[in-house]
Amino acid sequence: MHSITELLQQLVYGLSLGSIYALIALGYTMVYGIVKLINFAHGDVMMVGAYMGWIAITVFHFPFFPAILFAMIVAAIAGIIIERTAYKPLRNATRIAALITAIGVSLFLEYGGMLVVGAQMRTYPNVFPETMYNIGGIIFKFGDIVMLVTALVLMLLLHFTVQYTKIGKAMRASSFDMEAALLMGVNVNTTISATFAIGSALAAAAGVLYGIYFNSIDPLMGITPGLKAFVAAVLGGIGIIPGAMVGGLVLGITESLVSGFGASTWRDAVAFLILILVLIIKPSGLFGKNLREKV
Amino acid sequence: MKRVSILNRKNALTLFLVIVMYAVIQGLIVTDILPPLYTSTLIQVCVYVILAASLNLINGITGQFSIGHAGFMAIGAYLAGIVSVKFHGPLFLSLLVGGIVAAVAGFIVGLPTLRLRGDYLAIATLGLGQIVMIIFQNIDYFGGAAGMQVGRHINWSWAFWVTIISLVVIHNFVNSTHGRACISVRENEIAAEAMGVNTTKYKVLAFTLGAFFAGVAGGIYSNYMYFIQPTTFNFLTSFNILVMVVLGGLGSMTGSILGALIMTVLNVALSGIPSLRMVITALLLIIMMLFRPSGLMGTKEFNLNFLEKKGERNVA
Amino acid sequence: MKKFFVMATAAVLSLSLLAGCGTTGATSNGGGSSAGGNLKIGADLELTGGVAMFGTAAQKAIDLAVEQQNANGGLLGKQIKMDYADNKSDPGESTNAATKLITQDSVVAVIGAMTSGNTLAASQVAIDNKVPLISPTGTADKVTVENGQVKPYIFRACFIDPFQGQVAAQFAANTLKVQKAAIFIDQKSDYSIGLANAFSTNFKSANGQIVSQEKYVAGDKDFRPQLARIKSSNPDVVFVPGYYGEVGPIVKQAREMGMNQAFIGGDGWGSPELFNLASADQLNNCYYVNHVAIDDPSMADFVKAFKAKYNQDPDSFAALGYDAARLMFQAIKDANSTNGDKIRTALENLKGFKGLNGDITMDPKTHNPIKDAVIIKIENGKNVFMTKVSPK
Repeated sequence: MHSITELLQQLVYGLSLGSIYALIALGYTMVYGIVKLINFAHGDVMMVGAYMGWIAITVFHFPFFPAILFAMIVAAIAGIIIERTAYKPLRNATRIAALITAIGVSLFLEYGGMLVVGAQMRTYPNVFPETMYNIGGIIFKFGDIVMLVTALVLMLLLHFTVQYTKIGKAMRASSFDMEAALLMGVNVNTTISATFAIGSALAAAAGVLYGIYFNSIDPLMGITPGLKAFVAAVLGGIGIIPGAMVGGLVLGITESLVSGFGASTWRDAVAFLILILVLIIKPSGLFGKNLREKV
Repeated sequence: MKRVSILNRKNALTLFLVIVMYAVIQGLIVTDILPPLYTSTLIQVCVYVILAASLNLINGITGQFSIGHAGFMAIGAYLAGIVSVKFHGPLFLSLLVGGIVAAVAGFIVGLPTLRLRGDYLAIATLGLGQIVMIIFQNIDYFGGAAGMQVGRHINWSWAFWVTIISLVVIHNFVNSTHGRACISVRENEIAAEAMGVNTTKYKVLAFTLGAFFAGVAGGIYSNYMYFIQPTTFNFLTSFNILVMVVLGGLGSMTGSILGALIMTVLNVALSGIPSLRMVITALLLIIMMLFRPSGLMGTKEFNLNFLEKKGERNVA
Repeated sequence: MKKFFVMATAAVLSLSLLAGCGTTGATSNGGGSSAGGNLKIGADLELTGGVAMFGTAAQKAIDLAVEQQNANGGLLGKQIKMDYADNKSDPGESTNAATKLITQDSVVAVIGAMTSGNTLAASQVAIDNKVPLISPTGTADKVTVENGQVKPYIFRACFIDPFQGQVAAQFAANTLKVQKAAIFIDQKSDYSIGLANAFSTNFKSANGQIVSQEKYVAGDKDFRPQLARIKSSNPDVVFVPGYYGEVGPIVKQAREMGMNQAFIGGDGWGSPELFNLASADQLNNCYYVNHVAIDDPSMADFVKAFKAKYNQDPDSFAALGYDAARLMFQAIKDANSTNGDKIRTALENLKGFKGLNGDITMDPKTHNPIKDAVIIKIENGKNVFMTKVSPK
């Protein structure tokens, strides 16, 4: 990098990429926080959402907001179905069994999706204006602002939902001690389904924005961002909602700086290396509290 | 002295069966009765049996949730390939080098990461596996992302006997003092530590041994396949090995073998319907977990104990 | 010590189970090759996995070619039946797929695989069994020639990397008259790497200078960090030897960053989808090497038939898959036999074949097709023919 402008420009690119990771990581971290399940299918639910948005825009000719709402509703229903059929029966099984099921669901969505829509990529129409902004030589576009603002708004919304609403309290109670919550009159099944519904709806929103921002979608589009969002969630402290936001942004900026210094082929390795270092030094993530294990 | 105690009726029978099975298949191959596709499937079964058994040692026996096994397979595959292709080394040396380098890598990464528990260890090993893949993509000596041509240096006899030796070593390790210590780590790490078991040592030991055999399996793979690419060893391959272990039953060695067999054969059997293959595999996985989350074998082993006289029967 | 060999026993039992399957499978397969007067051709393609897009596009085109051929009486008086085997975009699986097609399904010829790596993994099986194989898009040198020796039975339907790279470099140096070029490579694709190397060598020997070289990975969506580096090296032209799925976003993002340089690429750009991925405005001042102009009559017929059948535009994978299939049909017809050696000889002596991608003559020394390349300029959302370049 030759100048401070270039460095700042790379930071802006990083923020823009990071807000996408953050968007996906929000749902990931919420589901983990409540259900303690690494939902590997989250990235694929995002893909389903992206396709729903695409159908809504290109086939039904919906405008942007109804389209994203449509995608979120369909994905929420899909999320509930997945939870009820695949995850619920395993609530008391080992973690590894639940993880394998999540992998199964992930593969099912990817290849089932390929069967339905074909392997080829589809292009998203331009929904946002292609306005470019140039502030002191630093360039960004309208879509960048939309992504960052959406991620921030959704983060705040989610945070307040989990912290201050009734369903949020039920979620936290179920997460803390499922049986005690049941005894206190919390409908744990509904609460967990609601968690999946919200998480999937968030993934769908991320998917539609992802499709619009990058123009193209395909059935395997969820794998890489899903993995990256997962890294982001762990980085920020898995289960902690503001942590996912910060984790996403940190990851985005890191990746963009690594590429900016000319080591783009090592980008993913650096992301995973940071993940491992964070885990070893502070396993609960940047924002997590260290809990001692009870004997 | 020891040989006498090994040569009981059951072991003799087992050895006999192993030899018969080898002889039958070898005979079918030599006489060209067994179609090449089946021979190649059998060799892949060998590769995945070793991989599943070695991952079972880490995940099932020692209870350490590792999902980056393909990384060690990659190290073994590439190093063995280099020995075979660039140095024209003998096959035995090729497999050994692959295994040893993978073991060293397993030791180095295991030491710090095995402090982690549960999901966190899983995530860390997933990341490690991906890092290994990216390293191979970036080193031109190994052919970079485009891959490396290896050529076929291994046959059924080699694959079979290497598999048998690996299984015997892993089985004996599990039933030794060290293996018992590993099981105690799985059952309750804190209690094991309180009883004076050096838990870190046994975790790293199991991890290193598991990595060694994953490396050997990788060596067989690369010496059998004509061409290897870093992306072959991505996290989906790690998942695939994990699925074999869980399908068979975590902690059951015979279960791992069964899991590897089922998944490999299923993969070949469904190759005629490519668009449905992955969907069917995924559905089978989900259904299996829903109805039998402990896997086909649970933690039980299939054995020949029922052939023993009642008085001789041992507690499993 | 009681359960000393338990593991081994289990291995025995489980493997013997498989052996049982093996032998029964072998006997039941006996009648397979003579079934119902069909002529079986196999295709080892990337139908699932990372580059499923390549294989599925080719599969559609091959199906179209077979349908047309069968409607015209088939081959050697028989109807063609395609056997597809999925290689999951993985070399090991490609070896398996080729083994299955050749030894189990007894196909007379194999089409595939799409990537050079997967083709290399399949080729030894074809050579060992004396079955001709043609790769639609395996562009690496060593696919057909190794250590100066042409591989028997292995052919391809596409350009080789050095030729395309050379055409692009000479176009940049002589027609665009530029001196400073940047290269943006798809790190995972040997096609991209091969093209980049050839471009670099030829551009330098034309007194050009490579001012920067950056890499991306197929499937990436955000190219701005690398493009910013390219931008600051201030090139006159950017060479992007990649596939349209990435090229579209690259051009779009570069233009948004204020990079107005010319962009050049290879045949991987050839898809109408490119115009959906970047706007017509952004694609101005872009050039690429291709086999034939998209508005060429033979191409137009294919595009029409493909669109009618699949309701989607064909890309270069589809076009080359179609050509590969038809080259193989022609060779079988010329050989008037399903014998591998005869088909191979026919392929080697194929001259003036009317391919979708222009006239094709197979070079017996390299098993590469000799065909012209054209340079296409993108102008206001249209492909415009510029010049034709013949191989030396």
